[in-house]
Amino acid sequence: MVNQLNRPPSPAGNGQPDARLLSDKRYKLIEATMRRYGYQGHGLIEALHSAQEAFGYLDDFTLRHIARTLRLPPSKVFGVATFYNYFTLKPQGAHTCVVCLGTACYIKGAREVLNAIEAAHQVKAGGTTADNQLSLLTARCFGSCALAPVITFDGETIGKVSPDHVADLIAQRLVGASQVLEHAEP
Amino acid sequence: MNLEELNAIAHSERLAQAQKRHHLHVCVGTACQALNSEQIAKALQAALKQRGQQQDAAVKCVGCPGLCSLGPLVEVISKEDSAGPRSLLYQFVKPEDADEIVAHLGGEPVKRLETPLDQPFFTRQLKIVLENCGKVDPERIEDYIAIGGYQALMKVLTEMTPQQVIDEITHSGLRGRGGAGFPTGLKWGTVAKADPNRYPTNVPEGIQSRKFVICNGDEGDPGAFMDRSVMEGDPHRVLEGMAIAGYAVGANYGFIYVRAEYPLAVKRLRTAIRQAQRAGLLGSNIGGTPFSFNVEIRLGAGAFVCGEETALIASIEGGRGLPRPRPPFPAEFGLWGCPTLINNVETLANVPPIILKGADWFASIGTEKSKGTKVFALTGQVKHTGLIEVPMGITLREIVFDIGGGMPEGKSFKAVQTGGPSGGCIPAEFLDMPVDYESLAKVGSIMGSGGMIVMDDSTDMVEVARFFMEFCMDESCGKCIPCRAGTVQIHRLLTKIQQGQATERDLQTLEELCDLVKHTSLCGLGQSAPNPVISTLKYFREEYLAKIKREASFSTNGKRVEEHV
Repeated sequence: MVNQLNRPPSPAGNGQPDARLLSDKRYKLIEATMRRYGYQGHGLIEALHSAQEAFGYLDDFTLRHIARTLRLPPSKVFGVATFYNYFTLKPQGAHTCVVCLGTACYIKGAREVLNAIEAAHQVKAGGTTADNQLSLLTARCFGSCALAPVITFDGETIGKVSPDHVADLIAQRLVGASQVLEHAEP
Repeated sequence: MNLEELNAIAHSERLAQAQKRHHLHVCVGTACQALNSEQIAKALQAALKQRGQQQDAAVKCVGCPGLCSLGPLVEVISKEDSAGPRSLLYQFVKPEDADEIVAHLGGEPVKRLETPLDQPFFTRQLKIVLENCGKVDPERIEDYIAIGGYQALMKVLTEMTPQQVIDEITHSGLRGRGGAGFPTGLKWGTVAKADPNRYPTNVPEGIQSRKFVICNGDEGDPGAFMDRSVMEGDPHRVLEGMAIAGYAVGANYGFIYVRAEYPLAVKRLRTAIRQAQRAGLLGSNIGGTPFSFNVEIRLGAGAFVCGEETALIASIEGGRGLPRPRPPFPAEFGLWGCPTLINNVETLANVPPIILKGADWFASIGTEKSKGTKVFALTGQVKHTGLIEVPMGITLREIVFDIGGGMPEGKSFKAVQTGGPSGGCIPAEFLDMPVDYESLAKVGSIMGSGGMIVMDDSTDMVEVARFFMEFCMDESCGKCIPCRAGTVQIHRLLTKIQQGQATERDLQTLEELCDLVKHTSLCGLGQSAPNPVISTLKYFREEYLAKIKREASFSTNGKRVEEHV
């Protein structure tokens, strides 16, 4: 399945790959994914997944790089990246909180939970706080409906939250996370 | 691996398990894992070690046993006990409880944690798809083989022709569990007969197959988590079902399309595929026969429309998930132009037991037109939320009040919503209706993938309709105009009603729009998007009228302006 010959040459011009591709090791992860699919177009979504995993979001340069390598028009790559909700083109804050707005959570008051977080942390759903610490997102369903209403904080699922306590819960975690970082530094 | 080797693995694994007197099963499904169940498993291991009972008892991480609202759950199965063989279920377990649980092994149960296993939640269920969830370790193939896993695959490869497999599935009466209920045997037969050379194909380099099997695990329906639990709790069952389907229709390559929001399911499936390949149960020449079958995972990226089969195919091909008109159906013109079989996770999980126990056994369960069982994710305002599997034809009342334990204190039943954004709300008057494809369609809902959300008297039905319409509006792919523009207009009207600014005329427009979108949209998303509105308009019309009438009285006495300024 691996076909190195499929790899298109470096961008036309000086014949050298862009310095960013060489200096940033994370591009190697994307490269590995694209190689697994023989640099064919059907690996596009997988390539975007690994790019988002590596960088946290998809920037213009990365999208163009993927388009060039998979020999796809940039418009198609941009179209796919914006079609799917999972991909984001904006940089995210240091921490991410996702509020589930699925039916079960909704019935158990997820909207109030979201409002409480928005009010306490001065951030709108889909945005990032001014200090770049917290990104607040919403999701359609985590499938953890028995724990409704559910939020996740940096991937950790927190169930049965209440509008009264959720803001403190997140504040504690933000403080906790920064303390851990301070301890980790030499 | 051939049949003898498979039996040898099963035998040695069973012997190893038989040496332990107690088996401690810790649920590591997403819900329990969120409540730290992995720590509990570690604590139990440590407690066993401390008390020197490692030879005596084993801790096993298992898939979801269903009763998520009482999690984290630990089941203790004792072979010999002062009271004979027995099972105990402990609820709300914390890592600190581990030592006490271990200390009580073989003796009196820990009373404060125990929850009865003979409660209706368990006794009224009939488990076929979920029979292994909560019993096998999803990350060990040996455990699955020990309880008879991959026997069905061996049976079809060595004893049956592809046509016999299709006949068996047809006779069982199995219907698609993704929602629409298309007869599975008929679909398999169409793909088997389809000529891969009829349409031009463009299969990528490196994939040696001209027919495909796709397992649809894009469970986008909010409030539904059946497929997730099956993929997490019993991934090998899905792979076995896919391989059998591949043999029956003549495909050598399969894809599992899973939501990226289910990282645990993706991880377990990846592990399962690797183990099955290593054991020779996937790959080339399975079981020493000429049949080859490979499976690859593809991640979804958060688009509800990708649950629709043609959109899902477009997504696997690497493009935007846009549906296309049918016919030609994917059974003839599917992935890269090849004949493609698309089945839901639950449908494929039903296949191995049908092959092993026979079509007649399966056909004996359920109603005349809906055979077998259905898995539901029971959530909302009900005492026991979780995952249940019930025979078709059971009444809604039994599900909500017996299995679900009824409403929480002080609340009364109002409606149950099935089928998510594509389904409808069923009011109390239909509680005694049997749950099967036809009955649900008759009252304006659908079976759907299996989300079942119970609503109490405090639920505002107009708001529920608006919520689902907002969902469909966001998730509409934008290809066809009725869905793209219609959902926006319906949502606008519902918002207007909700704000008390609508008139009788708006209600009429709403109904006309719903009818239009339902009948002119390109794919299932648009065609079913108005269902929540239509069903709530039909059964809870007075709630809509109440919001309109209030507006009318305001405008006649002139108060409305004051109210809103």
